[in-house]
Amino acid sequence: MFLQQLVNGVTLGSVYALIALGYTMVYGILELINFAHGEIFMMGSFFGLLFWWILEMTGLSKVIPIPLAIFLMFIFSMIATAFLGALLEFIAYRPLRSVTNRLIPLISALGASIFLQNFAMLTFGSTNRVYPAIFPDVGWNLFHARISLIQIFIFITCILIMAGLTVLVNKTKLGRSMRAVAQDYVTASLMGIRVNRIITITFMIGSSLAAAAGVMYGMYYGVAKFDMGYLAGLKAFTAAVLGGIGNIPGAMLGGFCLGIIESFGAGYISSEYKDMFAFLMLLFILLLRPSGLLGQQVPDKV
Amino acid sequence: MMNIRFRRRIKNVARFWNNLDMRLKWGILFVIAIVYPFLASSQYYVHIMNLAFIYVVLSLGLNIVCGLAGLLDLGFIAFYAVGAYTYAILSIKLGLSFWEILPIACLTTALFGLLVGSAAFRLRGDYFAIVTMGYGEIIRILANNLTFLTNGPIGIAGIPRPTLFGFKFEDPFQYYFLALSFVAISIFLTYRFQASRIGRALEAIREDEIAAVSMGVNLKNFKLISFIIGAMLGGSIGVFFASYATFVSPESFSFMESVMVLAMVVIGGMGTIEGPVIGALILVFLPEALRSLSDYRMLIFGALMVFMMIVMPKGFMGWIKPRRILKVAEEENSFVTRDF
Repeated sequence: MFLQQLVNGVTLGSVYALIALGYTMVYGILELINFAHGEIFMMGSFFGLLFWWILEMTGLSKVIPIPLAIFLMFIFSMIATAFLGALLEFIAYRPLRSVTNRLIPLISALGASIFLQNFAMLTFGSTNRVYPAIFPDVGWNLFHARISLIQIFIFITCILIMAGLTVLVNKTKLGRSMRAVAQDYVTASLMGIRVNRIITITFMIGSSLAAAAGVMYGMYYGVAKFDMGYLAGLKAFTAAVLGGIGNIPGAMLGGFCLGIIESFGAGYISSEYKDMFAFLMLLFILLLRPSGLLGQQVPDKV
Repeated sequence: MMNIRFRRRIKNVARFWNNLDMRLKWGILFVIAIVYPFLASSQYYVHIMNLAFIYVVLSLGLNIVCGLAGLLDLGFIAFYAVGAYTYAILSIKLGLSFWEILPIACLTTALFGLLVGSAAFRLRGDYFAIVTMGYGEIIRILANNLTFLTNGPIGIAGIPRPTLFGFKFEDPFQYYFLALSFVAISIFLTYRFQASRIGRALEAIREDEIAAVSMGVNLKNFKLISFIIGAMLGGSIGVFFASYATFVSPESFSFMESVMVLAMVVIGGMGTIEGPVIGALILVFLPEALRSLSDYRMLIFGALMVFMMIVMPKGFMGWIKPRRILKVAEEENSFVTRDF
């Protein structure tokens, strides 16, 4: 039981962590809660499904080996969603960049989120869409817990993506400019960094991570639905805050913590209250550590 | 450009409107509001107006927390839910009347606001926002699962309707005047509150917390008061909602509702009193106006919300009435952010 819940929690947590990264990266740079990020995740899931439909229609799904098909599904969905994220930034956020009131972009994000959700409903229908069960249903029993191949796959892919992101942010020139923009974009622009381009790239990276999470989520639960972004987005945002918003390792930690808490709460106490445990835990941790697990206390500027 | 001419025309109307005396202004509006149900072509439009009135009071309540004290509350609908459930439960289980429950519900929501507020005020900015979102969700989940009290996801049906001196409120037309009096009282209270010592202290907090503290404003107490007053407005209209719909279920109190109320406040213009009223009317009537587009209605609605924010980033009130005083400070800020 314990191990089983842990495995389930880690799987769920990996998905949350990937979505939370998108929230936290955008927040780190623009101090903006990207409310439409949950919808980006949902669109990512649908883009993956769309790619599979294309494969089926052209008959390629029988020709291409399954690992390659899955890989291509991820790549297609991540690229398409990255452009969607960039488009979102361009339409809904960029015109509001100079607005000082931070609630304004928030409401714009809300509008974008309503738009995307209804767009998905109109194009993909309002019912559950079945995800192809292309993943072989194999698993291993380990100390009375069943670990399936897809769970291992999700965990390893997440770790790889996160490692890649960490290297990108900490070691490359792009990463350095991202950190510079996050710290102080005025100075960064004086240093010759194209702030707008960096912001667009940040949105693209965040969105493609959400897309990867969306495809995994679809494969894991076997369905995609137009309103799946709402709760997943809310949870991922909670995870980002739990870890300390704006902090990349924090988002990963927060995602895993949230997934595990939820899974244990559902397994040991009651599955009806599982969403509540996530939020109660959040309240509890924030009361003890007001800026999240890894967040730093920023003193007020006078 | 037609756009500019249109805007200028609106601004001329607005200038005329702004120069009117405040009492005259609201007087005119109330006369219109009283005549409205007699002119409305069907009960349906009266019903929509009643819904709009509910949102008007909700956004006035949120405006006290958000616009006046500058706290981002993403779980405001929780107070509304507490009010609605208080009425539903007390009227069915104990048989109390509408007028008895109204003060009780106000007290319950105030206590609830105090509880949440005193825990949340240790946090700043977005952390505060997420905690308010958390309690909003917790209330909804509790309503969903405390089946013995709330009847779970099925909801409570058959809630008794209010009576006044033997007169029973039944159709939207009769409810209309009850709703209107709720709106009138809320507007009056908000005006008085904003002009009071507490209201001015809250505005000082919103503009600059540190300056306000050094002037001797007790941050925590004043923020709590704003929270409680907002909560009471939300709770009281929750009572009205439960009695009007005669049915409550957790579905009516989702996070999306909180965000919609916030959108009403922001779209109308935060910190003003006309703003939330206009915002609520716009966001309730817009989907109605778009009804002919059927399936595409909410799609267009979302796009229009983005568009409205881009065109009038200070809300509707800020759009028709630019505030000169703040201009210097804003230009200073936008100097660095404008073009890079």
